[in-house]
Amino acid sequence: MNILLIAEHDNSALNPATLSAVSAATQIGGELTVLVAGADCQNVADEAAKVSGVSKVLLADNAAYAKGLAENLSALIAEVATGYSHIIAAASSTSKDTMPRVAALLDVGQLSEIIAVESADIFKRPIYAGNAIATVQSQDAVKVITVRTSAFDKAAAEGGCAGVETVANSRDSGTSNFVNEELVKSDRPELTAASVVISGGRGLGSAENFALLENVADKLGAAIGASRAAVDAGFVSNDLQVGQTGKIVAPELYIAVGISGAIQHLAGMKESKVIVAINKDEEAPIFQLADYGLVGDLFKVLPELEAKL
Amino acid sequence: MKLIVSVKRVIDYNIKVRVKADNTGVDLANVKMALNPFCEIAVEEAIRLKEAGVASEVVVVSIGPTAVQEQLRTALALGADRAIHVETDELPEPLNVAKLLAKVIEAEQPGLVILGKQSIDSDNNQVGQMLAALAGRPQGTFASEVKVEGGKVLVTREVDGGLRTLSLDLPAIVTTDLRLNEPRYAKLPDIMKAKRKPLDVKTPADLGVELKQHITQLKVETPAQREAGIKVDSVDALIDKLKNEAKVI
Repeated sequence: MNILLIAEHDNSALNPATLSAVSAATQIGGELTVLVAGADCQNVADEAAKVSGVSKVLLADNAAYAKGLAENLSALIAEVATGYSHIIAAASSTSKDTMPRVAALLDVGQLSEIIAVESADIFKRPIYAGNAIATVQSQDAVKVITVRTSAFDKAAAEGGCAGVETVANSRDSGTSNFVNEELVKSDRPELTAASVVISGGRGLGSAENFALLENVADKLGAAIGASRAAVDAGFVSNDLQVGQTGKIVAPELYIAVGISGAIQHLAGMKESKVIVAINKDEEAPIFQLADYGLVGDLFKVLPELEAKL
Repeated sequence: MKLIVSVKRVIDYNIKVRVKADNTGVDLANVKMALNPFCEIAVEEAIRLKEAGVASEVVVVSIGPTAVQEQLRTALALGADRAIHVETDELPEPLNVAKLLAKVIEAEQPGLVILGKQSIDSDNNQVGQMLAALAGRPQGTFASEVKVEGGKVLVTREVDGGLRTLSLDLPAIVTTDLRLNEPRYAKLPDIMKAKRKPLDVKTPADLGVELKQHITQLKVETPAQREAGIKVDSVDALIDKLKNEAKVI
């Protein structure tokens, strides 16, 4: 087996999601090569070379790959893919955009968001918003895979000493151009990487009331999340959404505040280690999977929690 | 400009999914089926582009058994002009769907193709991207805003950490995210009118596509259920449990 893993990064640092994909790749077994495609991203390649289990790093440093445009990246990956049995990436908005394009260029199927490796060609993946788990087998010579990072432990970021080779390649389709981006700046930990997440739902009632959540989050060093209902109501921006159609998280501690527990939301957080639910409705479905439930008025509970933590 | 929208028939999103006792799949017998929610958003976006005068015709395509004609009629009732049904025995896997759609596009020559970003049954999130690759066209996936101007389409995409806007040459492939729009409901007179709108049936052979199996589903299981824990009666009790029992704070 010869695995090509596509690094997730922002041109300056390796995204920890990559380490979860490395774990999945290690379970498949074989030689592991990491492709770092970006612009001015030598640092990322150096970081990737240190990751435990990585035997080689390929660096494609070119302006065409700066913004992760799927047209350019997929053309690069499909070209580099020769000789590899698996092409694997952490499921992210970039890889979900790019990898199916790679699969089509190689005329193979794609296995999306695997949660377990059964063998080199058999994997488990959630379907129906996580309400069923399918065991699937690839019939293709090359397996294109994205990995649900919350399902795999992170590989050690240190301990490896792979060599870095340069890929001199510039594939610019010219048909897609980056215009601008609005990234949300935050001092809090990143939602999918945080060990504690506190999420608010429709029960918070307004954008201003999210401040109550933020105060508790500050005490716990937690990331803030939200249910789709809270996002749709305009309380917070959509990148905070936890759920099947938002972020999938699996922190050590997940605190759901004023969230009833729609299937949509549960699909995004039910793998959390410990779940706490705070809701005034004792019949709320969220209590059916919470380890600790507190029935009460969140406008009293949150300030008390903040004061006592 | 002609628009093509591809839609999928799936289990209604309000229905609780039951895995079959023999683990061969999910029980779809006598279950309410509907237009995939992301596809509904794609249809709505196309109709809005037509209402705004950007598009001249909206053609809706679905692939699968005869039953998918029900969803094509729904899309026609919502405002699509005509439909193409590519008839197959079962719902083919994403790469096959993309190959069939690529042939439809070759014949129809649309300026823009709009699809849902994923279906709520198989959750693959692949067809739009695969279609773009096969057609050799640019893609704007997970769109929350679509603007056609000056021979290009500006697509604002929902990405990790925020929003990103791309400018794509036409023809382009766009896949929809949830916040792109809020789909309308079909009115009764439009549902009646939709019955008389043209619906062509084609086979994969007509389109010159041979369906291949790339991925085999070995079994489908119900996920491990989480047991409900305990209720605590105060904030103090909660903090105590988290500190001393769960040891997570």
